[in-house]
Amino acid sequence: MNDLEALRFRDPVRARALVDALGHHVRRAARPPDRPLAVMHVCGSHEQAIARFGLRATFPEGLEVIMGPGCPVCVTDVPEVDEAVALARQGVRIATYGDMLRVPGTAQSLADARAAGAKVDVVYSVTQAVELARRLEEELVFFASGFETTAVATAAVILAGPPANFSILSAHKYIPPVMEIVAEMPGTRVEGFLAAGHAATITGWGVFTPFVARHRVPVVVAGFEPLDVLAGLVRLVELIVDGDARVDNAYPRCVDEHGNRAAQAMLWQVFEPMGGRWRGIAHVPNGNLRLRGAHARWDARRRFKIDLAALWDHAPPALVQHCQCGDIMAGISSPHACPLFGTACTPDAPVGACMVSTEGTCRIWHQYGGRPDLRPRAAGATP
Amino acid sequence: MTDLARLRPVDERISLKYGAGGRAMRALIEQIFADGMGEVPGGVGLAAMDDGAVIPIGDHRWLVLTTDSHVVKPRFFPGGDIGRLAVAGTVNDLAMMGATEPLALTCAAIVEEGFARAELERIWASIRATCVEAGTTVVTGDTKVMGRGELDGLALNTTGVAITDRYVRDCELRPGDLLIVTGTVGDHGLAVMATRHELALEIELRSDVAPVNGLVRAALAVGGAGVVAMKDPTRGGLASALAEMAGKSRVGIEVREPAVPVSDAVRAAGELLGIDPLVVANEGKVVMGVRPAAVDAVLAALRAHPQGAAAAVIGVCTDERPGAVVLDTGFGRRLLSEAEGELQPRIC
Repeated sequence: MNDLEALRFRDPVRARALVDALGHHVRRAARPPDRPLAVMHVCGSHEQAIARFGLRATFPEGLEVIMGPGCPVCVTDVPEVDEAVALARQGVRIATYGDMLRVPGTAQSLADARAAGAKVDVVYSVTQAVELARRLEEELVFFASGFETTAVATAAVILAGPPANFSILSAHKYIPPVMEIVAEMPGTRVEGFLAAGHAATITGWGVFTPFVARHRVPVVVAGFEPLDVLAGLVRLVELIVDGDARVDNAYPRCVDEHGNRAAQAMLWQVFEPMGGRWRGIAHVPNGNLRLRGAHARWDARRRFKIDLAALWDHAPPALVQHCQCGDIMAGISSPHACPLFGTACTPDAPVGACMVSTEGTCRIWHQYGGRPDLRPRAAGATP
Repeated sequence: MTDLARLRPVDERISLKYGAGGRAMRALIEQIFADGMGEVPGGVGLAAMDDGAVIPIGDHRWLVLTTDSHVVKPRFFPGGDIGRLAVAGTVNDLAMMGATEPLALTCAAIVEEGFARAELERIWASIRATCVEAGTTVVTGDTKVMGRGELDGLALNTTGVAITDRYVRDCELRPGDLLIVTGTVGDHGLAVMATRHELALEIELRSDVAPVNGLVRAALAVGGAGVVAMKDPTRGGLASALAEMAGKSRVGIEVREPAVPVSDAVRAAGELLGIDPLVVANEGKVVMGVRPAAVDAVLAALRAHPQGAAAAVIGVCTDERPGAVVLDTGFGRRLLSEAEGELQPRIC
């Protein structure tokens, strides 16, 4: 999409109309103040847009927008980071996305390993990692993270036949199963989901139909411009208030029912879904994407003996015991309820993964101020 | 929320974040480098952490002194190179203190064994050309060669000196003052990042690296004492510059984001990389705090200068939330805080 098109979705006048509509539907719900209408988005890019454009300051009273487990870096589990760190300490060169560098493992992050002499390169795409491998003689492992959108890019590289010294350590994850987990979580207040538009360009909105049938909560697929997010929320709240549990597509310029079938074929040709832990959430059946046996030669887990035991001498730092990342990603807690937030845990010294990633809730709240009251004093507010 | 009040103790080991220009770096300077040093009676010393030092020499005149070290990867990037960066960075730091006539520069070079002579010549040609542009020259220097692997190519250090009869600080804003930025923001940082990460973008990103002393001279000539604060938004970008100005002046700053000039190319690259142009380095721009009565004249003078054609008023100082910078995005409001640590492209 070019810039001019994007600007159509950044029109403050239309944004105000959508904010008004949102207020209208929330008032229709007539909830008591202690039980706001609660919706969850499952995408770090949605939180980015909400925070970046200051939308939280415009949401009506009586609506709570919870950030779910939608940040791929944040849900990468400690043992997965440990595998990458162990490989790096064994002398294997690692390439990964910048966000993954500082995610804490049991003993170290990749950044710590690099400071101690390990070879760790930051790349911004899997293609760039392959180009790097082509220039090198030594083995290069790409520590791959991200949801179905980025997993497709990884799959394409595998199918195109990367150089022999290249392999993948997959921490890729698949979103639809974790929505089931959140919907079934005891005490969950989530009444509707805002689903990620870019993932839905691959899967199609139809992937959510069985979910809606099982859990009787609406799902709205939304894009990432301010107007996309607002329009998605308006539609979602409207469906909740009307008791109309269905999938709705608020991102029709990019998403259709069936998605990109060629991309899906590549994804499932290379990866198989497996159960595994998501950091702080739970064991998620079918939530992890791992390389199929047919592509074993590109699988770092099969190519190398990864010596995790070497990391086990290190006890996890005491602060980690107080980290609330899991509850925050499950929508049960918020950064302001965490005793570490902003004091012991900051972006330059993160304790939990949510403070590391630019898409993590804690990092975003720290960067953009969470939801402070920023109304000008002239409007009657006191800070 | 004045962040100056709660800097963390410096870690046992100095990691890269201590050079990134944010709070970690200020903690390092405050807790180690500036500790017990650099008081300047009647001037500006190290503890002020301004762009340079100001030393009174009598007769209502001041010596302004500043120094900068430069390592940049890659050494050549669209719009400039390490040599141009070194000269412009030093000349601009002097200009930010109000000293727009640099007397002279020094330039020290630390070179890695095996460095190509042709590349050194190319860099020094750029240093000479940029000196001519800024109206100064290099009058002394120092040379060291280090063994292969002991240094990554080349490090430059430049010091600049100037005499001025009026100096401008970064801490004298008061409620009602307006903030001007002299052109588009984010150009340098995103151009370097795109080159470093070998991004194949279809858009042209060019660093804005340039000496701005001529531009500042034009503004001071008409604005006089109405120009009350200046800062060049280098590392940490506009966000860091504003946060420092708000914190040191104990005022709140409200910025209207739609008023901040950003080029289409920078906007697009920023979106692609997930990096906000407001936290990205500039090397040829100035943020000025101006009293309301002087704004029209200063803005007109800036816009009449070739480097200031896109100058704009972007915000206002208030007595609300001293130390905080609030950004009105046109959709809502949020805090504009400083980036911390190295900027990294994000996933997806």
